[in-house]
Amino acid sequence: MEPLTWTGAVGAFLNPIFVIVVGLFVIALIAQLLLGFFAPAVTLQANPDGTLARRGGALGATETASKYLFLAVIALILVYLIAPMILPYGMVGIVGEISQRFLPVWIALIITFAVSIIYKRKLGLYGKLFDSTVGMIGFGIVMFWVFTAFFVGAFDWIATHDYLTQVSGLKNKTPGVAVPEGTVGDIPHYLLGGDNLARDIFSRVVSGSTFVIAIAPLATIFAFMVGITLGLPAGYYGGLLDTVLSFLANLILAFPVILLFYLLVTPEIVLTGIPSYMAAVLFVFPIIFFGVLLNSRYYTQPQKRTAILVPVLGILGWLYLSVINQKGTVINFLPEWMDLFDITILVVFVSVVFVNAPTVFRIVRGLTLDLRTRDYVAAAQTRGEGAWYIMLWEILPNARGPLIVDFCLRIGYTTILLGTLGFFGLGLSSESPDWGSTINEGRKLLLIYAHPALPPAVALLSLVLGLNLLADGLREESLKD
Amino acid sequence: MGLFILRRLGVMILTALCLTFIVFWLTNLGPNLEKLAKTQGNARMSDDAVVSWLANRGYSQPLPVKYGQWLGVLPGYVIEGTDGEVRARCATPGQPIEEASSFCGILQGDWGSSTVFKDEVSTIVGTRLGLTGKLMLAVMLVMVPGALIIGVLAGMREGSRTDRSLSTVSIVTTATPEYVSGVILIAALATKAFIEWDTIPFKGTATAAMDDANFENFFLPVITIALYGMGYIARMTRASMTEVMTAQYIRTARLKGVSFPKIVLKHALRNALIAPFTVIMLQFPWLLNGVVIVETLFNYKGFGWVLVQAAGNNDIELLLGVSIVSVFVVLVTQLISDIGYVFLNPRIRIS
Repeated sequence: MEPLTWTGAVGAFLNPIFVIVVGLFVIALIAQLLLGFFAPAVTLQANPDGTLARRGGALGATETASKYLFLAVIALILVYLIAPMILPYGMVGIVGEISQRFLPVWIALIITFAVSIIYKRKLGLYGKLFDSTVGMIGFGIVMFWVFTAFFVGAFDWIATHDYLTQVSGLKNKTPGVAVPEGTVGDIPHYLLGGDNLARDIFSRVVSGSTFVIAIAPLATIFAFMVGITLGLPAGYYGGLLDTVLSFLANLILAFPVILLFYLLVTPEIVLTGIPSYMAAVLFVFPIIFFGVLLNSRYYTQPQKRTAILVPVLGILGWLYLSVINQKGTVINFLPEWMDLFDITILVVFVSVVFVNAPTVFRIVRGLTLDLRTRDYVAAAQTRGEGAWYIMLWEILPNARGPLIVDFCLRIGYTTILLGTLGFFGLGLSSESPDWGSTINEGRKLLLIYAHPALPPAVALLSLVLGLNLLADGLREESLKD
Repeated sequence: MGLFILRRLGVMILTALCLTFIVFWLTNLGPNLEKLAKTQGNARMSDDAVVSWLANRGYSQPLPVKYGQWLGVLPGYVIEGTDGEVRARCATPGQPIEEASSFCGILQGDWGSSTVFKDEVSTIVGTRLGLTGKLMLAVMLVMVPGALIIGVLAGMREGSRTDRSLSTVSIVTTATPEYVSGVILIAALATKAFIEWDTIPFKGTATAAMDDANFENFFLPVITIALYGMGYIARMTRASMTEVMTAQYIRTARLKGVSFPKIVLKHALRNALIAPFTVIMLQFPWLLNGVVIVETLFNYKGFGWVLVQAAGNNDIELLLGVSIVSVFVVLVTQLISDIGYVFLNPRIRIS
């Protein structure tokens, strides 16, 4: 097989056009930015006959030009992405084949956006997201990786080769290299080349998304449970409880994160069982949270409360026990049939939750301090509601705006932390396809072979950027009402 | 004000004690000590030999006692070992036990010695801090003015096109952790992966910059750290600038007919820079993270590199020294930012 070029046969006549259009777009953009400082702003002028005219001048002209050039760039990119679906294999080169591999993701994205935009007025804050361009772009990038992770994890669709198989002769080969005859795989090329151990980089990157998409939101949810369960009473009651909890939170925050990781995530520490004990403490918070949440709401109707609480706490308790219970660690008492799953990277998970929880605590505490003086809290107190009811059913729902925004940002931050762990080779095996470890593998030969480290770096960057943009869009939209 | 600083100092010392105790406890856990004995003594030691090796060197004393000795509030141990040799914590090699002082800890200025580098911890930390200080100074010189300019430009006309483009730039930089931007910058500017350079403009390693820093070998590490912090500071500056620009006195100045550049420079800027000051100070702990990553990536053997070496090899006393310094940096910057905030903000200062 011939190696693939970046854009294949189609690129031969499309690339020059693309370069010219992008060049013009960049020039227009810079001109516009510079003119923005000096030229008069675009204004509307009312004519005597009752019509409005746009008084643009040079700035207006560059604005119009850059708008159309931007649309042209988008259209050309779409051609690159859509053409390979119709043309035979390899015609649009590596770019085309990558787009072709992501076909299920494109379809899922289009369906999601179409449905959401049609029903956006009925979907609350989520629907409002589709009013903001920034929010939509962010949501699109995030959902791209969520769908990728889902299709790779559930159906094994997008990856072209097994992410662990080493094919001799493909070590550090550049993108588009053809694999030898008889290699197992969906296509006869390594789309993004081979890494230091002759594994397919493209497959490793898409497989790595499963790890990040599964762990980062989950760890963030746990951090939020811990932060909320401790932050609400600290802000609501104040006093000694607040002083002690705030001191502890500041204590953890004063630790340089990397030092903490190096101290916690080592095989020796795992031997002592400290991560298991920490898991046992940290993971109990969701149970407390849901227990108190439901109890404070329904305690006036004991029968209903029991009917709801018993199954919820039963399931959560079982999940809790099977998460903390692991073979080969200090906490290992459950019989085999009750242990649902073993998390091999418990230590990574625990330390990420541990690092994030104090910040969430501080945010929740601050919000509670602000909200507890509101009239509806006073009204609830006058009604004789319990303290936990007020915290969880009066204050928390009113604090949701900032919390949702912070949740998105924090998933991004957790992704960065997971990448940091991988970058230092802490807690994850070097076989693991997660982005941090892959960057770490790639950086060792970075000056000679740059291509293995770049795809995971770009992937991580795009996911975190998407989450940041999403948070920005959400903040903008939630401030509007 | 005096009472406030005093209280903050008290909390700071308490925090420092707690943190060092936690580090001390974690590094002195059983498996860590066993590993230490095996790397320092003999890799094929029997369990009994490990126990006596540790007991002879004072590692099997109770944790609070060891911590007290390390801190310098308890007298250092003098142990007659099972092998007949008498060892004292405070005796330097070759010094008779009787001449050794009885207290030797952090408070006496004795930071112990590193088992990996075979050198005094204070010397190692001192030289490495100097190198990192050089890096940090360069980062600050790039990051702070850059971030403030971006923030002020974006914030002076909220919602304008300049604002939107600069805000997007700052979101992108905050979304790029150092290990990602570093890798991309190296690939783009220090290799021929993207651009066929005739001469490659920058060096992908900064090892040479330790002795002789120049633009070629120092630019990439500096810009890598600066970029990550820059976006955040710029966003904070923008937020405070937009807030100031809507204030009453700015409107008054505008109605008086003061020119726009003059409003920005004379009236708005000073008040808009109060909030970024605290943010810049609070960035130090994050910069510390960035420093560790960048020094590892660029092989610049500064403080962050020592942290990785010490933690990776469980070099207990070096790790403790490193954590004291980093915790100290974090706490002092927090203190400065609190005091500075009170000092800069006239509304709080007068009340």
